[in-house]
Amino acid sequence: MSITVKNIHKTFGHFTALNNVSLDFPSGELVALLGPSGCGKTTLLRIIAGLETPDSGSIILDDIDTSKTPIRERSVGFVFQHYALFKHMTVFDNVAFGLQVKPRSSRPSKDEISDKVHKLLSLVQLDWLHDRFPAQLSGGQRQRIALARALAVEPKVLLLDEPFGALDAKVRKELRRWLRKLHDELHITSIFVTHDQEEALEVADRIVLMNQGNIEQIGSPDEVYDHPATPFVYGFLGNVNLFHGRVDGEGIQIGNDKLSHQQSQSISQGASVIAFARPHELNIEIINELANDHARGISATIDRILSIGPNAKIELSASSLPGDKNSRQFYEVELPRAEVIRRRLAEGQLVRIVASKLRVFEQPQQAH
Amino acid sequence: MSLTTRFERSAATSEPALIKALILCLSLSFFGVFLLLPLLSVFTEALHKGVIYYFNAITEPDTWSAMQLTLLAAAIAVPLNLIFGVAASWAITKFDFVGKHLLITLIDLPFSVSPVIAGLIFVLVFGAQGWFGSWFLDNDLQIIFAVPGIVLATIFVTFPFVARELIPLMEAQGREEEEAAAVLGANGWQTFWYVTLPNIKWGLLYGVILCNARAMGEFGAVSVVSGHIRGYTNTIPLQVEILYNEYNYVAAFAVASLLALLALLTLIAKSYVEWRLKKETNAPSAIEGTI
Repeated sequence: MSITVKNIHKTFGHFTALNNVSLDFPSGELVALLGPSGCGKTTLLRIIAGLETPDSGSIILDDIDTSKTPIRERSVGFVFQHYALFKHMTVFDNVAFGLQVKPRSSRPSKDEISDKVHKLLSLVQLDWLHDRFPAQLSGGQRQRIALARALAVEPKVLLLDEPFGALDAKVRKELRRWLRKLHDELHITSIFVTHDQEEALEVADRIVLMNQGNIEQIGSPDEVYDHPATPFVYGFLGNVNLFHGRVDGEGIQIGNDKLSHQQSQSISQGASVIAFARPHELNIEIINELANDHARGISATIDRILSIGPNAKIELSASSLPGDKNSRQFYEVELPRAEVIRRRLAEGQLVRIVASKLRVFEQPQQAH
Repeated sequence: MSLTTRFERSAATSEPALIKALILCLSLSFFGVFLLLPLLSVFTEALHKGVIYYFNAITEPDTWSAMQLTLLAAAIAVPLNLIFGVAASWAITKFDFVGKHLLITLIDLPFSVSPVIAGLIFVLVFGAQGWFGSWFLDNDLQIIFAVPGIVLATIFVTFPFVARELIPLMEAQGREEEEAAAVLGANGWQTFWYVTLPNIKWGLLYGVILCNARAMGEFGAVSVVSGHIRGYTNTIPLQVEILYNEYNYVAAFAVASLLALLALLTLIAKSYVEWRLKKETNAPSAIEGTI
């Protein structure tokens, strides 16, 4: 089932949770709503489910406007962050609940319910726990039961609200892979909310990046990681270095130093800009005292070299205004470990940072 | 296990023996003088002329009718306040609406108003000289100095018990399970019956027990609206007062012992429910297993 979100606006008091959001979720995809806490992603999910009412706008499920449809007739499955299992019911009764409350005319027989519940419990690999109570299960088990319960009513859409948020890192990783596998088997349109970029990049077919009630970018994990559309997406996804400066000829003037870049055609000379580069897109050059080329790179001091695994992480700092100790800028560069050893980089050394790739955004005027 | 035993076991966190003994003696002697002694004296006074006299006192017709009236008032007030309490706490904890805080404040009104004032309010509203008094007189309905007044006063003073017990409990449990039920297709009644009620049943029972104890023991408000008509508008506490004022001490204590017995039964029931409540909230630990 496809989901269309049309001009949804929602405020809580003076806080705008969703600012006129419109979105399309094609049938059968696993989509991640990604953003920092308070960006409106959970509110959007709850509005799609019908647990929250928007101030204006509509949710269209398979070409039918659901604004007036009660929650129980929307045929959505919802998985809560804190599981929301019925404490006083066994695992079996929890999963059977959605079938038991159906009106008598459409309710399956006792045997059919039992068959179906055991099949679902086998699907989440927990049939052996069917007579236990939720309090007797671990977090990961509870979340899988919650998923089985949501699937029991054969929803056309599956909505997951930070499904792995309350679990520890290892279990999280395992369940993540397992959810992806499950989705590949069932092909049910699914949306999950997360603030964990790694989770979104790893599991989703598409990622919707949200910030302060607005959508920043929509795309496949590759697209949003490699070609972030806005400064926010750049800053939010992955590690990134940030440069403040002014466009000057073929490069950006940052303090006394200059970074070269290829993108300046579209930006007027002298405009104030912010530039982003990932740690692996930066390189380090050892200063050649004789050449004295001020035009290339930012001079910085190596603070720390962390060599773990095949790559070394190098932390550097530079004062953007000469002589001003308070305005230190921090940078991170990633180099192969062998390279660090070959070039004899050491902590405390003064070097230049150059960028192999740089993404430049013109800075809005009010930021000054 | 519990925090107290863990504190006790360590010399670093436990108090000196002298202080412990002092605190224990102080609280036990206070309990003995102010609670246990009066309770014992009720039973000794009641029984000091013998068991037969005791039974005669409590089966005397006026006392018998007082018992019936007390039971009747409780039988009407408790179920009504049960329904009201559940409805109010459901509304307050599961929905947002205008006037929510006003409702919470109003629920506490019977606790903050003196019972005598509460009784006087009913006299003022329903009495012969009251606002609706003439209308009731014309229709041959007597509220004040009759059984309906006693029931009304009892409902008023026992009003907050169930709601006060349930609101914090339901607040702590949140709305998630109800939301899950709604998404799974349950209607409002199914959600309440299969999801909410099982979660609050021990808290609800606790509130009902307290409500019942107060309904049977209420004196002030009932005294104002009753008119003290023997064999007709006297409840057990009022009957005790009448017998006492007539210097019929043994009979007064005999009837009072019924209320004391009721209090003991309430305590036992309350402890059991508290124990169940605690057992249910302290869930057994998780089973270790794969994810």
